[in-house]
Amino acid sequence: MTVFWILLTGSLVASCCGILGAFLVLRKMAMIGDAISHSVMPGIVIAFLLSGSRDSMLMLFAAMICGLLAVFLIQTFQQSGIQSDASIGVVFTALFALGVLLVSLFARQVHLDQDAILYGEIAYVHWNVWEVNGVDLGPKAVWLLGVTLVVIVAVIGLFYKQFKLCAFDPALAAACGIPVALFHYLLMGLVSMATVSSFESVGAILVVGLLIIPAATAYLLTDRLGRMIVLSALMGIASTFLGYGAAVVLDASIAGCIVCAAGLLFILAFLFSPSHGYIAKKLRMRKLIETQ
Amino acid sequence: MQSLWTLLNDPNMQWIFISCTLLGLSSGIIGCFSYLRKQSLMGDTLAHAALPGICIAFMLTGTKSLLLFLIGAAAAGIIATFGIGFVTRHSRIKHDAAMGIVLSGFFGLGIVLLTIIQHGSYGNQAGLDKFLFGQAAAMIGSDVLTMSIVSVILIAVCFLLFKQFKLISFDPGFARGIGYPVAFLEQLLMLLMVVAVVVGIQAVGVVLVAALLITPAVSARYWTHRLGAMVVLSGLFGAISGAAGTLISSTAANLPTGPLTVLAATALFFLSILFGPQKGLLAKQFIRLRVKRKLELDQSQLHAKARVAAAETEKGAAL
Repeated sequence: MTVFWILLTGSLVASCCGILGAFLVLRKMAMIGDAISHSVMPGIVIAFLLSGSRDSMLMLFAAMICGLLAVFLIQTFQQSGIQSDASIGVVFTALFALGVLLVSLFARQVHLDQDAILYGEIAYVHWNVWEVNGVDLGPKAVWLLGVTLVVIVAVIGLFYKQFKLCAFDPALAAACGIPVALFHYLLMGLVSMATVSSFESVGAILVVGLLIIPAATAYLLTDRLGRMIVLSALMGIASTFLGYGAAVVLDASIAGCIVCAAGLLFILAFLFSPSHGYIAKKLRMRKLIETQ
Repeated sequence: MQSLWTLLNDPNMQWIFISCTLLGLSSGIIGCFSYLRKQSLMGDTLAHAALPGICIAFMLTGTKSLLLFLIGAAAAGIIATFGIGFVTRHSRIKHDAAMGIVLSGFFGLGIVLLTIIQHGSYGNQAGLDKFLFGQAAAMIGSDVLTMSIVSVILIAVCFLLFKQFKLISFDPGFARGIGYPVAFLEQLLMLLMVVAVVVGIQAVGVVLVAALLITPAVSARYWTHRLGAMVVLSGLFGAISGAAGTLISSTAANLPTGPLTVLAATALFFLSILFGPQKGLLAKQFIRLRVKRKLELDQSQLHAKARVAAAETEKGAAL
């Protein structure tokens, strides 16, 4: 049963991140995803301190605010003339440093240590269960992630056309009367939400791996957005299963192994993808030279 | 205050204090060039990529010496840089996504190796996880010495090759045209960045060491338009942050150096944003106000002139 819950949690994280990651990779905002996943830290710690529990709505809310604040600050600094790279770097390191400092100061109150921030606690996910009237309803993390996934699928499904247009041609989207800025912040809000829900299980930094790597793998395998989103989620789920197996064999961090598996899948796609792979390209080039 | 003074009199503490200040100084200087070359986030990627290098160096030798870690991390950093370049050149993955992939992939590998070390039968591994968030107080004498020497070398290289680095930061095409070995210089700059990141890891930690490269340089940019002044200022800001972080973290237990150093640098950044001449928020407000007042003055003068002219034409018409 433990294995089932761990794999289910991992697959839910991978699906949430995979769907959103596809849009981040297309909009060239991979590093903003990285920045958000670091920046939600202070929000999480402050919510812990205020509510005293790890699984409140307050936590989700505070972390989302922090994520959106980071995006807002990054854009403000960019507009005031700082390079985009540098403004991302300044904002996320500052917020993450604040979060780590708060954790070290109030470590006893929040039952949260620095390791949990990095590795996550997916191995213990089945210990923290949700009980109603003495009936065991399964781990809380699974519920939280399930709700997050439903919200993400609902929002993306409802506004699929708008998100698609914003991802490929924001100028055209604006000309068509789509509120591009609103959809930008909506996407960023969803990324923050996914980050916070995944935070407990895979840790703040490895979320980035699941946001970017499966989406980039899918990007190498297909030219259609719909397929890319599905493939991205599937790649994430596949890396969860592979990673968990490797972690059991090696006796190592599960989250770390999941990201390594995702990286391995990316390397395979990079080399062997039939349309955009390295080898396929070389072969096509050679055939072209021969025919000439 | 008293405790601070006794801390500063402790010779061990003095060494750590000096080496952290030197570290901030050298990272600030190198950060300027990476900022101008639009490679700020490369520092972050290199820092994360260094983790598996450090772990492998430890697994192979079983000792915790900064010099060995430096070699391992530099090798990992070079592989990471090469990987990013290879992926961007040979596929349709963009630079930022390639950076994210390499960053998280290497970091995941590092975490896996770290947990294998922790669960395995490697003796003397305590403190290896201090690399994640940095704890300057955990450094021993030889580490401090290595760190100081490396920082001084970094500063010296930047000083000697200042002209060359300046040219490849602003106009690499021109530099190539007049016969500079641009590719070599770019690789050298990248190597300096790797070294700066690696010596910084023990004091600031893998996750945050990039801030030492980025934040002081961005802050310095607010004060000047000249590269020479920017490099000096950025080094100064870095040194102040390093010093402040070490001092504050040594006053209480359980305070990691890394976050404090980064927050000190961020505080300096906010001061620069507010008070920087010309580009700062206050200066901008002041200039706007002055222009507005001048405009109003001009307009009122214009009105007065128009009134005089109108009166004269009226007078002329009456005559």
